Amino acid sequence: MRKLTYIDAIVEAMHEEMARDESVYVIGEDVDIKGGVWKGTVGLLEKFGAKRVRGTPISEAAFTGLATGSAMTGLRPILEIMYMPFCYVAMDQFLNQMAKLPAMSGGQIKLPITIRAQAGAGTREAAQHSQSQEAIFLHIPGFKVVMPATVYDAKGLLKSAIRDDSPVLFIEDRNLYYEPEEVPEGEWLVPLGQADVARTGKDVSVVTLGFPRRKALAAAKQLEGTVDVEVIDARSLEPLDMDTIGASVMKTGRLLVVHEAPVRCGAGAEIVRRVVAEYFDYLDAEPRVLGGANLPLPFSPVLEDACLPQVNDIVNAVRQMA
Amino acid sequence: MLSIRLFEQRVKQLYRAGEIVGAIHLYIGEEAIATGVSEALRRDDYVFSTHRGHGHLIAKGGDLKRMMAELMGKATGCSRGCGGSMHMFDPSIGFMGGNGIVGGGIPLALGAAFSAQYRGADSVAVAYFGDGGMYQGVLHESLNLAAKWKLPFIAVCENNRYAATTPVAKSAASHDFSTYAAPHGIPGVRVDGNDCLAVHKAAKQAVARARAGQGATLLDCETYRVEPHCGIIPDDRPQEERDEWGRIENDPIERSRRRLKITQPQFAKLRAEIESGLDEAVEFARQSPMPKIGSCDA
Repeated sequence: MRKLTYIDAIVEAMHEEMARDESVYVIGEDVDIKGGVWKGTVGLLEKFGAKRVRGTPISEAAFTGLATGSAMTGLRPILEIMYMPFCYVAMDQFLNQMAKLPAMSGGQIKLPITIRAQAGAGTREAAQHSQSQEAIFLHIPGFKVVMPATVYDAKGLLKSAIRDDSPVLFIEDRNLYYEPEEVPEGEWLVPLGQADVARTGKDVSVVTLGFPRRKALAAAKQLEGTVDVEVIDARSLEPLDMDTIGASVMKTGRLLVVHEAPVRCGAGAEIVRRVVAEYFDYLDAEPRVLGGANLPLPFSPVLEDACLPQVNDIVNAVRQMA
Repeated sequence: MLSIRLFEQRVKQLYRAGEIVGAIHLYIGEEAIATGVSEALRRDDYVFSTHRGHGHLIAKGGDLKRMMAELMGKATGCSRGCGGSMHMFDPSIGFMGGNGIVGGGIPLALGAAFSAQYRGADSVAVAYFGDGGMYQGVLHESLNLAAKWKLPFIAVCENNRYAATTPVAKSAASHDFSTYAAPHGIPGVRVDGNDCLAVHKAAKQAVARARAGQGATLLDCETYRVEPHCGIIPDDRPQEERDEWGRIENDPIERSRRRLKITQPQFAKLRAEIESGLDEAVEFARQSPMPKIGSCDA
């Protein structure tokens, strides 16, 4: 075992995949300047050269479309979005073009594109730099969506995303970037579409999306001795691992989904809908979603924190359900 | 050029008869552009088309049977019935799709040009768009990147003077779109879009430049959309303007016929050959099965 940070795991995955396949390249703002603003492309320029590590002007629509056009003609782009809300500048290219071309062509077009989107909240950067947008991409048919919450998953899921022949939205959380965790040596893959049981328990199933995994684990620890919480990190939202979530609900009869995006029309609502549709008879309590407040995130630290689900909120929600 | 005209006239009839449904944008009057450009292209060059794209595909070597089948929503269509008029695809001949969003295909073509450069291939990529595409920001972003990275990219504006029903005069401060190239340091060429040879000459230069690794070109081809914007929108353009452009001397096909000294009997024979191919295409489409439910699930 060794210590590695989440962002270094991402860099390592790209090094391995770019060495493995000549058609993989990286494109995005500042990716070729000192390893990027988040240090998410460190060493790639030096190893693979400017041809395969393309820093762009701030033209999200053009370089997103460029990535798509290059994927239509034989390349496998890794498209970096410096802050995920910048996607909105290129929404036609994401939602009308990238999402729809494979289906509209009757399957003649394949788009092996990985979108590395840096997201997260709680860092006092206000509404236009802090938003969880997974539900938007889940709602538009055409994307796979993953949200790794550990260093191990960051590397393993990114490698699977790069090898996949569909557009995969890989949502990174900046709060996780720089804290080392223990991981194995060498190479590993985490398949798309598999949830991770982060903690086993028998009383309440807490399903998390991205960063709230940590908060749910902290809440489960606080509740030890009173409520035995099972924490399931969904990891992959499309495809969603209903088997793992369903097996947990069959055991506990209680479901709480936690994410940072607003509850209204969120991914949690969709998970609850599917659990109700497929596992209704096993539910012993109303399934719930704990999410962010239904408003653009405010700047002031005290206001921002109040808008996001915190450990105490999870503890209270679980207590009410148990 | 004549194949495109007769194909479009056939589509118009079938649309009126209800055999073809949906949104149909006809290319009648603009045939010289796709023909002149495609004559400068190879099979392994890429074309990214628009909502008015039938002519682009025919000029690139598209199969009329599969095109007609697509328009009728059949399983044998060039997009297997999943795309329709605005989303025909044939990657096997470098036709990378129509596009329902004005300007939407421009950065996709930029990506194909990037891919060719990346792979060390000498293919080029053509993005077609109308004067409407000139008002989209992504065109300007794409010209900048194409110029900066010296990509084998050819932007072809089919300036038919109307963006849906809004005339250029109402939308653009500058009416000479070829000038949009200058700030990016690439050639911008204004050409008579109803003169097939003139278009071809300009396209040939642009293609040679792109293939030689010298970068992008913007062509502004002036033409006129003879038909209304699409099947369901009434045409309220000034009658005198339509009459002027409708004069036989201004017709791109007639201009080429006269220049090439094709006699009326020769022309009639050519026409009959194409019509007979179109009869076969329509029959093929009519006899083809509808797609199975679920066959467009990606």
